[in-house]
Amino acid sequence: MGWIESLTAEFEKTFIRDDRYKVFVTGFKNTILITIVALLVGLLGGTLIAMFRYGFTQMKKKKAITLPAKLLYAVFWVIDKVLALYVAVMRGVPLVVQLLIMAFVVMAGFPNKLVVCCIAMGLNSAAYVSEVVRGGINAVDAGQMEAGRSLGLSAAVTILYIILPQAFKSALPALCNEGIAVLKETSVVGYIAVVDLTRASDLVRSRTMSPLMPLLFIAVVYFACVMLLSWGVSILERRLKQGDRG
Amino acid sequence: MIEVKGLKKEFEGLQVLNGIDYTINQGEKIVVIGPSGSGKSTFLRCLNLLEEPTGGEVWFDGINITDPKNDINKMRQKMGMVFQHFNLFPHMTVLDNITFAPVKLKLQTKTEAEANAMRLLKRIGLEEKANEYPNRLSGGQKQRIAIVRALAMNPEVMLFDEPTSALDPEMVGEVLDLIRELAKEGMTMVIVTHEMGFAREVGTKVLFIDEGVIKEENTPKEFFEHPQNKRLQEFLSKVL
Repeated sequence: MGWIESLTAEFEKTFIRDDRYKVFVTGFKNTILITIVALLVGLLGGTLIAMFRYGFTQMKKKKAITLPAKLLYAVFWVIDKVLALYVAVMRGVPLVVQLLIMAFVVMAGFPNKLVVCCIAMGLNSAAYVSEVVRGGINAVDAGQMEAGRSLGLSAAVTILYIILPQAFKSALPALCNEGIAVLKETSVVGYIAVVDLTRASDLVRSRTMSPLMPLLFIAVVYFACVMLLSWGVSILERRLKQGDRG
Repeated sequence: MIEVKGLKKEFEGLQVLNGIDYTINQGEKIVVIGPSGSGKSTFLRCLNLLEEPTGGEVWFDGINITDPKNDINKMRQKMGMVFQHFNLFPHMTVLDNITFAPVKLKLQTKTEAEANAMRLLKRIGLEEKANEYPNRLSGGQKQRIAIVRALAMNPEVMLFDEPTSALDPEMVGEVLDLIRELAKEGMTMVIVTHEMGFAREVGTKVLFIDEGVIKEENTPKEFFEHPQNKRLQEFLSKVL
């Protein structure tokens, strides 16, 4: 048998026989779904965490003289510390372990494991995003906050409309990295029996007993997705730079 | 209009302002000069609480703004501020820079704010820059737009924190001209500057701040021709 014939046979075995391509299609759909939901949760949650923590640094302890103001300050202080702990834990414990804890302890008995994956990965991503956005915020010139406040805008409005848009722009490359990381990290969801791309290749491989074709295939698919993502971000980056060299 | 009583500011053990008492009346143009590190910028920034005083009080329009019970955001709407480094918002067009605060604070509708902004831009001859981003403008243009942004709030007083210190020499004139015009129109202002000629020409009073206190206060003529304080005499002999 020539190499073309053997390759064709491998292909037939991996994708065509018993409609195995359907396993890959399911896997691909789940990988993309988990990535998108986890990223949305991560971006939203991470931005909120970063905004809160930055806003808290702008709060002045000495100004809190009246009892309600003191109480508010105390509550914010506690939240800030809880968030710091959250970020530390999320970054300090392996994602697989977090996923297993979520699936078998926190959300044990929850029937839809896909949702569990989205939540676990989203919460994990939020921690990383919050640090990335915080870095972006810190990179914005302090004069921007002063200018906003000097016009009579509240700290919250200034952060939301003046600081954050600029922070996102400088954080975009790091956020792109985070997107890539989430996409690739979805490959661990097979641990709780969710069929993603990696799990799909495992399933097919265990039937066909030939590893090359399924593994090579998913490697190419992951790579193509990452390329697509970074291409999209680079376009966004270019558009944000227009008319604005700062 | 602005009354400063026993103003003190300490930065982590460093006493920058050591008890300043001063009253600024409507229509006055107070020019503040002094060596670097003397506390003159800190004094200015304490007037709208960009720096939180560690002691003393600042009263504006009969309201103690250092009292945390009073809404500082409301007070700041009436106190325009111009910074050394302009601090325009780089992600907004010139027009949005000017209209953002009045619209967001619901002081003007978008149409009103835009008409007002265009009128102000026309006045400084930059109406064709309305849709440009700040980074495409020269320093002098940026600073004039920063002044216009503050004016768009219809402030009662304007605070200038070394408005020409970050400019190329050939751009200083256009910015000073605009400030001069505002002064003529009766705007109350407090100006921290190193431009002695300008201080003398525009100021109704000149203050010399050194070591965190006002060492001398006088009309420009007396201040520059017959300085009393020894430190001021030394300072003037170096800069004039």
